[in-house]
Amino acid sequence: MTGHTAGEPVTRNEDANHELSIRVRDLNLWYGKNQALSDIDIDIYQKNITALIGPSGCGKSTFLRCLNRMNDLIPSVRIQGLVEMDGRDVNDAKMDEVALRRRVGMVFQKPNPFPKSIYENVAYAPRMHDLVSRKADSDELVERALRDAGLWEEVKDKLQEPGTSLSGGQQQRLCIARAIAVRPDVILMDEPTSALDPISTATIEDLMDKLKQQFTIITVTHNMQQAARVADYTAFFHLGEIVEYNDTKTMFANPATKKAEDYITGRYG
Amino acid sequence: MQTNQLFAIFCGTLLVLGLIAFFLGRSKASRVRAAGTSMHAQPDQYGWFTVLSTAGPAVLVGAVGAFVMLLLGGDIPTFYLLAGSLTVACVGLMAGIYLVKPNFHARKAIEAVVRFLLAGAAMVSIFTTFGILISIIGEAIRFFQMQSFWDFITGTTWNPGASFLEAAGRSDEASSAAQFGSVPLFAGTFMITLIAMLVAIPVGLLSAIYMSEFAPEKVRTVAKPVLEVLAGIPTVVYGFFAAITVAPIVVAVAAFFGIEASFSNAMAPGIVMGIMIIPFISSLSDDVISSVPGSMREGAMALGMTRSEMIRDVVVPAAMPGIISASLLAVSRALGETMIVVMAAGMRPNLTANPFEDMTTVTVRIVAALTGDLEFGSAETLSAFALGLVLFAVTLSLNFVSVIMIRRFREKYRINNL
Amino acid sequence: MNQSFDEISAQLKSRHRKSARLKWMSMGALGLAGMFLVLFFADMLVKGLPAFQQAQIQVEVDYSEQASEIPLAALSEEIRPLVSRGYLRLIPQRMKDNPELQGTTRTEWVLADSAVDQYLKGHHTNLGADEQSTVDRLASQGRAELKFNTTFFAKGDSKMAEFAGIAAAAFGTVMTLLVTLAVAFPIGVMTAVYLEEFAPDNRFTRLIEININNLAAIPSILFGLLGLAIFIGFFGVPRSSPLVGGLTLALMTLPVIIISTRSALRSVPDSIRHAAFGVGCSRWQMVKDHVLPVAFPGIMTGSIIGLAQAMGETAPLIIVGMVAFIPDITGSFTEAATVLPAQIFTWAGEPERAFIEKTSGGILVLLAVLIFMNATAVVLRKKFERRW
Repeated sequence: MTGHTAGEPVTRNEDANHELSIRVRDLNLWYGKNQALSDIDIDIYQKNITALIGPSGCGKSTFLRCLNRMNDLIPSVRIQGLVEMDGRDVNDAKMDEVALRRRVGMVFQKPNPFPKSIYENVAYAPRMHDLVSRKADSDELVERALRDAGLWEEVKDKLQEPGTSLSGGQQQRLCIARAIAVRPDVILMDEPTSALDPISTATIEDLMDKLKQQFTIITVTHNMQQAARVADYTAFFHLGEIVEYNDTKTMFANPATKKAEDYITGRYG
Repeated sequence: MQTNQLFAIFCGTLLVLGLIAFFLGRSKASRVRAAGTSMHAQPDQYGWFTVLSTAGPAVLVGAVGAFVMLLLGGDIPTFYLLAGSLTVACVGLMAGIYLVKPNFHARKAIEAVVRFLLAGAAMVSIFTTFGILISIIGEAIRFFQMQSFWDFITGTTWNPGASFLEAAGRSDEASSAAQFGSVPLFAGTFMITLIAMLVAIPVGLLSAIYMSEFAPEKVRTVAKPVLEVLAGIPTVVYGFFAAITVAPIVVAVAAFFGIEASFSNAMAPGIVMGIMIIPFISSLSDDVISSVPGSMREGAMALGMTRSEMIRDVVVPAAMPGIISASLLAVSRALGETMIVVMAAGMRPNLTANPFEDMTTVTVRIVAALTGDLEFGSAETLSAFALGLVLFAVTLSLNFVSVIMIRRFREKYRINNL
Repeated sequence: MNQSFDEISAQLKSRHRKSARLKWMSMGALGLAGMFLVLFFADMLVKGLPAFQQAQIQVEVDYSEQASEIPLAALSEEIRPLVSRGYLRLIPQRMKDNPELQGTTRTEWVLADSAVDQYLKGHHTNLGADEQSTVDRLASQGRAELKFNTTFFAKGDSKMAEFAGIAAAAFGTVMTLLVTLAVAFPIGVMTAVYLEEFAPDNRFTRLIEININNLAAIPSILFGLLGLAIFIGFFGVPRSSPLVGGLTLALMTLPVIIISTRSALRSVPDSIRHAAFGVGCSRWQMVKDHVLPVAFPGIMTGSIIGLAQAMGETAPLIIVGMVAFIPDITGSFTEAATVLPAQIFTWAGEPERAFIEKTSGGILVLLAVLIFMNATAVVLRKKFERRW
């Protein structure tokens, strides 16, 4: 990479907010003996959409899961390096991973609503976190989260039906509503549309665009058009390294590295 | 003992005939082949075919003959039957050898016979169910001809004491004395089952949660088979343990709290039965909890739930159909459990809600009714079959409900996992 | 503005505490289950191990003329009540068999009465004070001691605790299980082969499958009712015989063998079947020559486990009368016999304290055999476990 500080994008997107949300330095990760991430440096900015792209198995999902310590659930994983948020190292022994996840929410590849009613799916976590105490507050919060997720009109008459009764796209928006209901700072999205049909995908892309007013969104995607459509910044991963981190427009029009160019133009991937 | 000897001679002769058949069939086939004619199968297969054609019809004739005789209720003239079936064997042998021809498909014939035999074996399990049903229902009907069904279901006094008088045809004198009201027996059964479940469900479910959610891999690989040992201990051993060790402890503990307890109280068999059932609940629950999709756990963790909150609010509710199904199976097992209650529970039908008193159960009365020196036709022995019928109906429906619930659970997550 | 990490962490404290509670509770539950198991085995060992030892005393036996008429006369008055009555009863017979004993006086180790046995083991007995001091004296002279109890392993049942053994019951168990194995193994394997390899997928096949699963969950006592009504009542199989017991247990074991054989067959990869068909095997040849040999260890494992289950089963055998009092080993399939669990049940009903010990001893033997069988099954499975 040419002449800029480690972790910063090659080219700045002048429309974007540049307040730092998460700072990652020299992050290395091993599954047992296999190194899956090496020397990751990246700055993530607040209230932006940052897309992570790259061929499958390149480590982008693994990286995403480092940001809210979901990798803790896998016993063989070993992590080194700094992931800093709000002035704190998230991998620090003193960091409560539950508190971290409370501020860094996540939406998964396959919609995974809880085996509860639509209402409970959204209201459950805020209640546990003591964000609401009265029924009326809870109702209001559920409505707002569902409205923000663009699902309210479709489900307002059947809030007591099970979350699993919805269609795939609706389930995914329910999961987004569930994530934003606890008011996190950052929302991680792990290929949120890969299991959905094109219409649902478009709905969710629109939704992401609206949500970035309030949240920092980091999304992993297989679909380069999607990254081009929604993201402010794009990071290209290859074999566990960030090859290029750039303003999305520049990345797709005029990439700084040969590898990124080859990938974007479809020579491999 | 003459029958035994006849039978041995029959078996011996049949074996010899079979050997003769094999070698004759094979040698005929070899000869045909040596003469240059191509055949549809190997000589060995022709040999086996002749064996089948010899022994098959003979055994069939013998078995069907014996069965028909029994059904008609006559004495079996063993000699004629066996002689007849040996004659059939000889005819079969000749027919088999006659059939050894180049254009005969011996292999296909064997295949058909094998398929028939295997299907016949599969029918045995159906016959077993029918056997249980017929034996229980048949005798139960005889019982209900003597005693009113309504009294049996709603009566609160079980006192078969004088029923032998009825068997002796003096029902007028006895009808006031013998009473077959099964309510106290079912009350006792349910009380002991309830105690067992109060032990087994919490301990089993929590153990399953620990093993599938918290335990390190090492603990898990040791704990699972160790728990299974609890299920492998024979019930008669548990019965002894309940009666000799647990019952006195229960009495002592109860006395400490100022409660008077009988030595054949319902607590001891209940607790021990609960211990026995722990592994049923824990291993089935462990399976269903482990099969709750990981995506659901991640969903809860990503919302900032602690591990226990995730388990309590997401994993266990998701696994609930499976857990209920496991519990129903356990209940069905506890209801039908015999040895523990026979050895540790009381013999006295007692309609009470106090688990420290002695009470008896359905299975205890079944055993009691069938081990005495009573005439088989008496109302008391027949009452065992009426009780057995109810037990059969209840356990069968519990099993069905449980199977349906576990199937729902599986289907739900197969769909959800896309 | 959103909350900081510190604010959230502070709120989380009580939730973490609650969360830890579930972990400790669940660990406790597992510990409790383990404790039950330890307690149970400890209790059985403490109660049962003494059964493998039996008190014997060294006495002067006077084979006088009188003793052949009144056996009591063979012993001094002081010793008489301490010696097993079973031994005394045998004296005249022995004198008849060995005429050279006549008129001699010999020093012999003989079986003590069970009261002496219990006294030497430190239990409460109904031995009088005089007798107790006699025993103490004999013990201090080395003339009364606990020796390995061969009677327990060599003899059948007896009303005298010191003469009671498990041999007849063990033999009955072997005979019964032979019948069970001879019936349940072929039928079970054949059923499984039919369902896995031959049966068309239709309603009837599903009916058989549902039926097998139900049979596996039917209370065992109902199989006893079946045995009583059908085998004894209808077919006239002799009551209490290993034949009727074995047949009843066979029907109970059938579902276990079928289910495990099916899973063994299912774990044989289809590529083997396709290869066999490819070289022109018929279906039966394919099963016989290629699938069954591969599935065999799995089938054996399942059958051993099924047999172990049948071995511990008692309730249906009580119903078909296998709780008879059997003092001698019988070698016939059609004569009355008893099995180990039934023997345990009978002894458990005896009021004498010495029989509690016998019962526990019998239980230890039964458990040892069962653990051995299950361990064999596990080893077999481990050894032949194949991954495809």
